Amino acid sequence: MAVKKRGQTFVYSNPPHIVAHASIVGPEESRGPYGEYFDLHCSDTKCGKDSWEKGEEQMAADAVNLSMDKASVSAADVDFLLGGDLLNQIITSDFVARDQDIPFLGLYSACATLVEGLLLGAGLMDGGFADCVVAFASSHYQTAERQYRTPLEYGVQYPPYKQFTVTAAGSYVLGWTGGGVWITHGTLGKVMDLGVSDPNDLGSAMAPAAAELILQHFSDLKRGIVDYDLILTGDLGKSGIKMLTVLLEEKGILLSDKLMDCGAEIFGGEKKYGAGGSGVGASAAFVGSVIIPRLISGELERVLLVGTGALLSTITVKQSETIPGISHGVVIEKLPGG
Amino acid sequence: MIEIGIFILSFSVGGLICAVCQLILDNTRLTPAHILVGLVILGSILTGLGWYESLIKIAGAGATIPVSNFGYILTKGALDAAQKDGLLGLFKGVLARASAGISASVIIAFFITLIFNPKE
Amino acid sequence: MKNINKTKDEYKEIVKNEQPVVEKGRNVLRAFLVGGGICLFGQILWDLYLYLFDLSKQDAGTLATITMIFLGGLLTGLDIYDELGQFAGAGSLVPVTGFANSMVSPALEYKQEGFIMGIGANLFSIAGPVLTYGMVSAFIIGALKNIFGG
Repeated sequence: MAVKKRGQTFVYSNPPHIVAHASIVGPEESRGPYGEYFDLHCSDTKCGKDSWEKGEEQMAADAVNLSMDKASVSAADVDFLLGGDLLNQIITSDFVARDQDIPFLGLYSACATLVEGLLLGAGLMDGGFADCVVAFASSHYQTAERQYRTPLEYGVQYPPYKQFTVTAAGSYVLGWTGGGVWITHGTLGKVMDLGVSDPNDLGSAMAPAAAELILQHFSDLKRGIVDYDLILTGDLGKSGIKMLTVLLEEKGILLSDKLMDCGAEIFGGEKKYGAGGSGVGASAAFVGSVIIPRLISGELERVLLVGTGALLSTITVKQSETIPGISHGVVIEKLPGG
Repeated sequence: MIEIGIFILSFSVGGLICAVCQLILDNTRLTPAHILVGLVILGSILTGLGWYESLIKIAGAGATIPVSNFGYILTKGALDAAQKDGLLGLFKGVLARASAGISASVIIAFFITLIFNPKE
Repeated sequence: MKNINKTKDEYKEIVKNEQPVVEKGRNVLRAFLVGGGICLFGQILWDLYLYLFDLSKQDAGTLATITMIFLGGLLTGLDIYDELGQFAGAGSLVPVTGFANSMVSPALEYKQEGFIMGIGANLFSIAGPVLTYGMVSAFIIGALKNIFGG
C-alpha cells in the first residue's frame, strides 16, 4: 500500500533536510544581478580546461565537492549520488560520477532534472533506503547551444522570446540533521504537449506542464496559492511565465507577485538575453544560493519549486516533431523553529 | 567614367532580395537553410531562362553578391560546357565558373578557423 | 485525466496573444538597408578593381566576391558577424558574406574536436545543402536545356 502518496504527490513523513548547497556559475552569470550570491565563479567558459564539455564537467564536479565539504561529509557518508544535465547521454553527470566513489543514478528530465533529483533523493531517504543523498545538475551555454542549436558565431536572427542556456551547476546534500530547510512534499508531473514545435520557444512548450503540475499539487494536498509564499519555476523565461499565468488564471488561480522564474531572473533585464536564461543550471544554482537563504532568514516560509523541462532532441526537431514539456515539483520549507 | 546608376541599382536590388527573404523568414516556418537553398535554386532557374544574366547587367553586385549568384555561376558553367561537350559537359561545367567562389570559400574559411577561436 | 485539457489550437491562440511580438516592419527595413549596403560595398570593390587592375569585368567581379567572402569570414572570426546577423537578419544572411559565415562558424565551433573530425567535417555542415542543391539544379537545368534545345 502506497501510504505516503496522495494523488501524484509524495508526502514525506520524515522530511529530509537540505543540509548544504553549492553553486558555480560562468562569467556571464557572474556579471548578472545575482552574481555575488553564487559560491564559485568561472572566469572563462572552459573553466581552464581545453573544451567546453570538460569545463562543464569541472563545474559540476566542483559544485558536488564543495557541497559535500560544506556539509562535512565524505564519499563514504553519501549513500547515493543523483544527477543529470542536458547533454546527450547525460555525459557530464556520468563523468562527474566517474570520479566519485558513490553509487550513481543518472537522471534526465531536461531542465526539471534538479527537482527530479531532489524529489527522488528525499523519497529514497524517507523510504528508508538512504541516510545521505547528493543531488546535482548542470547546464552550459556553449555545450548546450552547439548540441541543440546552430553554431554560436552563425549570424541568424533570434526571436525576442528565445532563451539562452545558463552556464551553471548546483549540488544539494540531503541529510537528517543540519541546514535550515527541509523538503516536505514532492509532486511528479505528466508529460504535456500542446503542439509547440518552435525550438526557440521552449517557454511556451513547457508552460502547460508547469500549470498542470501546480494544479495537481494543489488538488492532491487540498492547498491553494495562499498556502505558499512563492511559486518558483525553473526556466520558463519571461515569455513562458506569461503563458503559465494565463493558463492558471483560467482555472481561477492568480499567481500575481508570488511567481518567480529562475531563468528569467538570472540575467536580469539584459536585453541581449531575450526572454532570459534556460537550462537546469539556472534552478540548480539559483534555488540554493538565492531562495534557500531567504527561507533561512525567514523572508519566505514555504516555497513550491516547479522544475520545467522541454523534451526535445536535435533529431526530433529536424523531423518537425512537437516539443512536449515535463514538470516536477518539490515543497521546500523553513525548518520549524529553525 | 563611373556611372552612379549602378551603385543605386546594386543597393536597391540587393537590398530588395534580402528584404523579401526577411519577409519569408518572419512570416513562414522556413529556416535560414531553406531560404539559402531556395535562393540558389531560384538563381539556377532564372539562369536557365536567361534572366539572371540580364539582372547582373542591370544591378551588378546587387545580383552577384546574394547567394542566388551561386545558382547562376553553377548553372552558367553547366550550360556553357554542355553546348560544347553535350552530356559530359554538364558534369565538367558545373564547377567551372563557380570554382573561384567555392575554392575561395573553403580555403579562406579554413585559414580563418585556424587563426581565430570561438567566443568564450 | 489531466487538469489542463486545452486543444492545441486553443493553446496556439494563447501563445500568439502573449508572446512578445516580432517586429516585422523593422526587420524588413534593416534587412533591406544592410543587405543593400553589403551589395553596394561589393559593387564599389568591383569598380575599384576594374579601375585599379587590368582585369576583365568578370574577373574583377569574381575578385570582389572573393574579397567579400574573406571579409565575411574575418568578421565571423572576430565575433562580429553573429551580432550583425541578430541585427540584420536576412540582410547579412543572404549575401555571400553570410555564406562565408555559414562555413567559418561551424568549423570554429568544432575546432576543439580536432582538424579532421572538427574543422574538416564541419566546414560544410550548414553550407553543404546550398552547394548540393546548387549543383543538382544546375545539372537539371542544363539537362533540360540540352534536351529541349532552349
